Amino acid sequence: MVVGADDVFHALADATRRDILTRVIRSGQSVSELARAYPMSFAAVQKHVAVLERAALVSKTRRGREQIVHGEVEPLRRMTRLLDGYEALWRQRAAGIEQILEEDEQ
Amino acid sequence: MTVISSEKDVNALTLTFVAEFAAPVDRVWQVWADPRKLERWWGPPTWPATFDRYEFKPGGDVRYHMTGPDGTKAGGWWAITAVEEPHRLEFDDGFADDNGDPVDPSDITHCVVTLEATGSGARMTTVSTFRSAEQLERMAEMGMEEGMRQAMGQIDAILAA
Repeated sequence: MVVGADDVFHALADATRRDILTRVIRSGQSVSELARAYPMSFAAVQKHVAVLERAALVSKTRRGREQIVHGEVEPLRRMTRLLDGYEALWRQRAAGIEQILEEDEQ
Repeated sequence: MTVISSEKDVNALTLTFVAEFAAPVDRVWQVWADPRKLERWWGPPTWPATFDRYEFKPGGDVRYHMTGPDGTKAGGWWAITAVEEPHRLEFDDGFADDNGDPVDPSDITHCVVTLEATGSGARMTTVSTFRSAEQLERMAEMGMEEGMRQAMGQIDAILAA
């Protein structure tokens, strides 16, 4: 399965999903454990987990009858790299602005 | 010019970039307000920008294109949402098609620029909030391309020494 950056964007665009991801990156949790943490139905939490799973931000393993949700850091690293590239662009822009300010003074 | 800070928030999908310039706020404002100045720095060095339409006012419409090393054109548009001279500018930035029209009006990066006077000049803060990965990917690639070119140049210089 190819995961597009847009899947990651969509997954991270929701506050509950960001919160779920933060929890499961710290330590794996079952869907029922997660469901207890939010004022929403088990099914709603399951849906959020599914969106995160599609974006490859979480994976699931079985523990007896329970499914444990784990956080995956690689897609987040990829986003960080994208933001690094955008930061590089702003550094270039700031250097460009400085050059214009200097040139136009002369 | 000094880069004061650059904060990336992967969850909120924002970049907050702060730089200081040894020039008064009014002059830094001009690099935004004057499209002939703006096009000298907006595009990455290998993708210079040309602003074809520039309505610098709230509700104003902006059209531009950037031209890549092989002549490829990448169109862009802004919808200006706030202009408070000389301290604040807000706009949505998106990709445009060959006619200059938005490819997807909801596929935008919101940009908030604030300028403040400091003891020795001006501080510029830009907060970019992304709604689309494609936009970030494309801009990051354009930026990274130049970063790579510079890195290669540095390697060449080291090898030549």
